[in-house]
Amino acid sequence: MSLRHLTSLQKDAIKEVSNIGAAHAATVLHQLLGEKVSMTVPEVSVVALSDICDVLGQPEDPMIGVYLRVFGDAPSKNLYLFPREEALFLAGLLLAEEDRQDNEDTLGELEVSALKEIGNILTGAYVYAFSSFTGLNMLSSVPALTFDMVGAILNTVLVDLGATDDYALLIETKLTACEVNITGHFFLVPDPGTLPIILDALGVKGQWPNTSGSECPK
Amino acid sequence: MAEHIRVGMSEIAVSRTPDVLVAIGLGSCVGVCFYDPQIKCGGMAHVMLPNSVQIVGAGAEITKPGKFVDTALPELLRRMIQMGALASRLEVKIVGGAQMFNFNGENDRMQIGPRNVEATEQILAKMNLKLTGKNTGGNRGRSVRFDLATGIVTVKMLNSPDFII
Repeated sequence: MSLRHLTSLQKDAIKEVSNIGAAHAATVLHQLLGEKVSMTVPEVSVVALSDICDVLGQPEDPMIGVYLRVFGDAPSKNLYLFPREEALFLAGLLLAEEDRQDNEDTLGELEVSALKEIGNILTGAYVYAFSSFTGLNMLSSVPALTFDMVGAILNTVLVDLGATDDYALLIETKLTACEVNITGHFFLVPDPGTLPIILDALGVKGQWPNTSGSECPK
Repeated sequence: MAEHIRVGMSEIAVSRTPDVLVAIGLGSCVGVCFYDPQIKCGGMAHVMLPNSVQIVGAGAEITKPGKFVDTALPELLRRMIQMGALASRLEVKIVGGAQMFNFNGENDRMQIGPRNVEATEQILAKMNLKLTGKNTGGNRGRSVRFDLATGIVTVKMLNSPDFII
């Protein structure tokens, strides 16, 4: 059975639980920044792996990606993507002016650290809400950060989904902060084998077969 | 008129001069390029994972041979031969296999990028194909343009000059 066979009820259930998670994350970001934060309703999409690098506009555009893994009952991946300028603005809100070190080609150590921390806090909030709602035990890893072509970031994060399917399930939320419009893209991607566990916890598993993700590479 | 053919993740494409095969945003994936200079025909596979047997089990149905190194390379060769290429004439170049995210303390052995490169080199050796050029590893994403008129493979990385192999 492939992801293409997800029913609209199942997609709605995933959307709803993601919405709760993202709302928590947005609240936390608001508290952290002291700025207005808004979010879109999560979009659940099933994308062919061969088309993955095009999901966010031009695949060669540089973006900053903060990546965390979620362990526990429902192993998943969390990925935050920000255009460079917006990421630096966001990091700047957490740093004193004299501490900023970025230049054209590289990010300063403190900016990297601030952005990772934002990823950490957002994922923590998201996972906490997701976990309380579903009763699934979830824990997040430390964050990793890269600044590169958006296509290559998506490609790397999603590569192991190929083990079980030709499609990827993406849950995408856009968070917009401040009047100046910092737009970040937040993706939650269940690992191979995780989706039936989430659907089961939400009570909409239906005909989805039990598959184990234990053989897939990390 | 030269056509640019996009080779997405898990896809395999073959064509002839003057077309250009393009893989954009290779992270841990590997782009494998085969070229027969005599008939100016080439093919590219955009592989994702090292080994189909370890991952989906032996004998399991594989819907997209282009996903795995061990299934993609024989399929790419088969399609090249269909186009009239000879295995003995092939130039083989590989690009990609980066480790883009570095988690503190994580074992490098687990990383898919370097494992893809290793598997590609092993399978090429098994198929008696000689590697004529490579640009692999590191921690940066790459885009590849493979010009079938000349066999030149151009690698593009963010904030770096283009690199030719």
